Amino acid sequence: MSTATTPAPAAVSTAPEHGRTRLLRWWPAAVLALLVVAPWSALPLPGLLDGPVGSPGSLQLLATCLLFGALATGYDLLLGRTGLLSFGHALYFAAGSYATNMFLLEAGLPFAAAAVLGVCFGAALALVLGSVSLRVTGIGFSMVTLAFAQAGSILVSRDPGGFTGGEEGRAAPAELLPSWLVGIDHTANLYWIALAYLVLTLAVVHRAVRSPTGRVWEGIKENERRVEVLGLKPYGFKLTAFVLAGALAAVGGLVHLLLTGGSTPQTTTSDFTLSLLVMVVLGGTGTRWGPMVGGILYTWADHRLGDLAGSGAVADLPAVLRVPLSQPLFLLGVLFVAVVHLLPGGLARLPSRLRRTREENR
Amino acid sequence: MSTIVLLTMTGLGLGALYFLVASGLSLIFGLMDVLNFAHGALLSIGAYGTWWAASGRLPGAGPGGWGFALAVLFGTAVGTLAAVVLELAVVRPLYTRPREQVLATVGVGLAVPALLSGVWGSDARTFPGPEALSGTFALLGADVPVNRLVLVAAAVVVLVALRLFLGRTRHGLVVRAGVEDRAMVTALGIDVRKAFTLVFAIGGCAAALGGALGGLYFGSVDPRQGTSLLIFAFVVVVTGGMGSVTGAAVAAVVIGLVQQFANYYTAAGLGDLAVVVLLAALLLVRPRGLTGRLA
Amino acid sequence: MTASPLLAVRDLRVLIGGRHILHGVDLDVAPQGVTALLGRNGAGKTTTVRGVLGLVPRTGSVLLDGEETVGLPTHTLVRRGIGYAPEDRGIFAGLTVAENLRLAERRGADGPAYGLVHELFPELKRREKQSAGTLSGGQQQMVAIGRTLLNGNRLIIADEPTKGLAPKVVTEVAQVLERAAEAVPVLLVEQNLAVVRRLARHCVVLADGRTAHQGEADGLLGDAEATRRLLGVGRGPLAPFTAEADS
Repeated sequence: MSTATTPAPAAVSTAPEHGRTRLLRWWPAAVLALLVVAPWSALPLPGLLDGPVGSPGSLQLLATCLLFGALATGYDLLLGRTGLLSFGHALYFAAGSYATNMFLLEAGLPFAAAAVLGVCFGAALALVLGSVSLRVTGIGFSMVTLAFAQAGSILVSRDPGGFTGGEEGRAAPAELLPSWLVGIDHTANLYWIALAYLVLTLAVVHRAVRSPTGRVWEGIKENERRVEVLGLKPYGFKLTAFVLAGALAAVGGLVHLLLTGGSTPQTTTSDFTLSLLVMVVLGGTGTRWGPMVGGILYTWADHRLGDLAGSGAVADLPAVLRVPLSQPLFLLGVLFVAVVHLLPGGLARLPSRLRRTREENR
Repeated sequence: MSTIVLLTMTGLGLGALYFLVASGLSLIFGLMDVLNFAHGALLSIGAYGTWWAASGRLPGAGPGGWGFALAVLFGTAVGTLAAVVLELAVVRPLYTRPREQVLATVGVGLAVPALLSGVWGSDARTFPGPEALSGTFALLGADVPVNRLVLVAAAVVVLVALRLFLGRTRHGLVVRAGVEDRAMVTALGIDVRKAFTLVFAIGGCAAALGGALGGLYFGSVDPRQGTSLLIFAFVVVVTGGMGSVTGAAVAAVVIGLVQQFANYYTAAGLGDLAVVVLLAALLLVRPRGLTGRLA
Repeated sequence: MTASPLLAVRDLRVLIGGRHILHGVDLDVAPQGVTALLGRNGAGKTTTVRGVLGLVPRTGSVLLDGEETVGLPTHTLVRRGIGYAPEDRGIFAGLTVAENLRLAERRGADGPAYGLVHELFPELKRREKQSAGTLSGGQQQMVAIGRTLLNGNRLIIADEPTKGLAPKVVTEVAQVLERAAEAVPVLLVEQNLAVVRRLARHCVVLADGRTAHQGEADGLLGDAEATRRLLGVGRGPLAPFTAEADS
């Protein structure tokens, strides 16, 4: 009934707006274009970045932001799309980094082969551990994934056979990497790789959630029992999501290896996974852009807050302000709690919430 | 022989520490379905509170004798208070959103250690303690540090107190019933949220006491201590059955011993690894092990 | 119904997981005797009861003795004088019989009426120390009903108290409810029409989450056509009192 009456007044106002919304729909392409040409830009962004956009330092930070934006997007495949709270996502990221590094260092494989094998190793690990972890549901699943990730973390830090380099981590062999990926002069190349990884992740996630499988994921997230009633086995669908997210994380590990020039044990810790969780919740779980925005913001804030903490401006403050400001993790932890409480749905839902408030006040 | 005695006592001491963390964790999960990721932070608060008081900053408290007892009391009280604040301010407003409750405790679990390292530095601080507790005593030919015994004694006291509370008091009855069926407790006219605050207070108290005495065991405090113990406490909770205090006690002893012996007799770190893998294995074999009963 | 109802439910709606389970239930519980809540499986009987008690999120109006209770938390509402025996009996299996009863004690003028409970169910006195999980279904139902009688309640809500019980126990439970209803009004969800016929004065029939019929119990159950239409039973004579299968 109501649908029959609404078009008449709406049609008048949408005619000019239609073209605008169609243009607006292309904003991701415009942003992408801007990001692609960013390395040639000498534009200074004081406050946001230390040097001009195209300087190696800025590009390094931007690339890290893009990398974590992508990683958070992949992680949201589990959390926001399938409703799986994994505490072990760091494992597959670290696996991609360490495995590629091992294939380079220990097996002496050429880079391309090592990269492919490294990612395959991460995906295979996700397949094996996912097929085991998914036998339990709810918080049990969270704890099994946490246990496996912790086991991985312990293994890496104990440095069995000198493979992982223990607490120090292990640098990637510069001489075995293609020369265009090594050195400060080639930061732009690494930046483009990070950007490509982000685009790849967004595309994969976007396609996946719109596929028939994606619709089952949504059903699992809403109510797993109901999916079972429809005669579908959630296990296989959940495993697909787990392996896909794991493989994407492994690619991320590979990009991280190139970007930082080595593998570090920090990427194996449960804190690393928790920070992914913070990014996704901050940006908005289950939304197209939310996790990416959360990942980029978190990484940027983490870096900038770290710089801020070391700066003179903070050192001169009274202790009450200086102490919390000098701890990025404290600020991010508090921010996270605040978002969980005050902003259900994260930043991505903020515009629609504001719009609704505005309409209610009108 | 003396090695075995020493390892056993150390394992028991570690188990006692695990129990102090796990008992509260288990009660909180059993009653509220909240896996409290901030529980390690509560332990750290207890540890730092005790360290702060025992370093002579609290009048009357100090590193020796009754002064140290007062410091432990202070640290435990601060931890308990922190737990109550955590429940009232962070967990309670999210009562209808269980997953967000867990997420919020994750945030607190990140923020508190960061704040501690902001205030007192990220390096380990030497933990002061009374002379009497820093020595060793001879047991079957081994020189066993006294602090192991202190931890075990504290854990036994907490276990007995918890069992009396659960078995003999009305509040304990409400907690036991709530672990089984929270909604039904409400339907009998009982405000179960009071029990939530109560178990957080109890859990925070035990964990903070664990932190205070854990300082003796490790000889130092650092901001990440609580978080690194938390994962082993998870193992204990799952092994012992969620919501079961006695189960947690037994599991804590087993895990503590297994970890110590495996770490000593095989490669270092293998014990930790074994315990963590045990967690996964247990959950897979007994997925229902998560819903335990109080005993 | 001449006297004003003890419990007046108006336009009760319940939405769970984005799905409407109740679309607007109206019902009155008479100030005396048993009011039966009937309907086919899935009609929303249990959800109505849970909605009245605030155990599921609900909208609408629920007046207890003229006072609005929607918006009150369950425990506050229950303390105003409601005894509830839920569908699955709501027994705490790990607690003893005595502990199950003690949990239900509320501070009142007269103190808990253990005398009455033990007189009606001598079995519970004998099994005081037994773990409730090891009781038979009938004994568990006795604990559940015993809990509702312990306090001086204004209203007792019993959700399918005879479900899955042996015929002899069904009779026993029905007798206890009949006696309880002499003092306190009872809202009884029941599938066993013989029990309804024996106990209920008024009845409310739900269908698809709405009130489909409300009136005198005799009127409905005497009309075979209406009974069949509303409850989906009644081909041939009504099921005899004891032959209740778990439907």
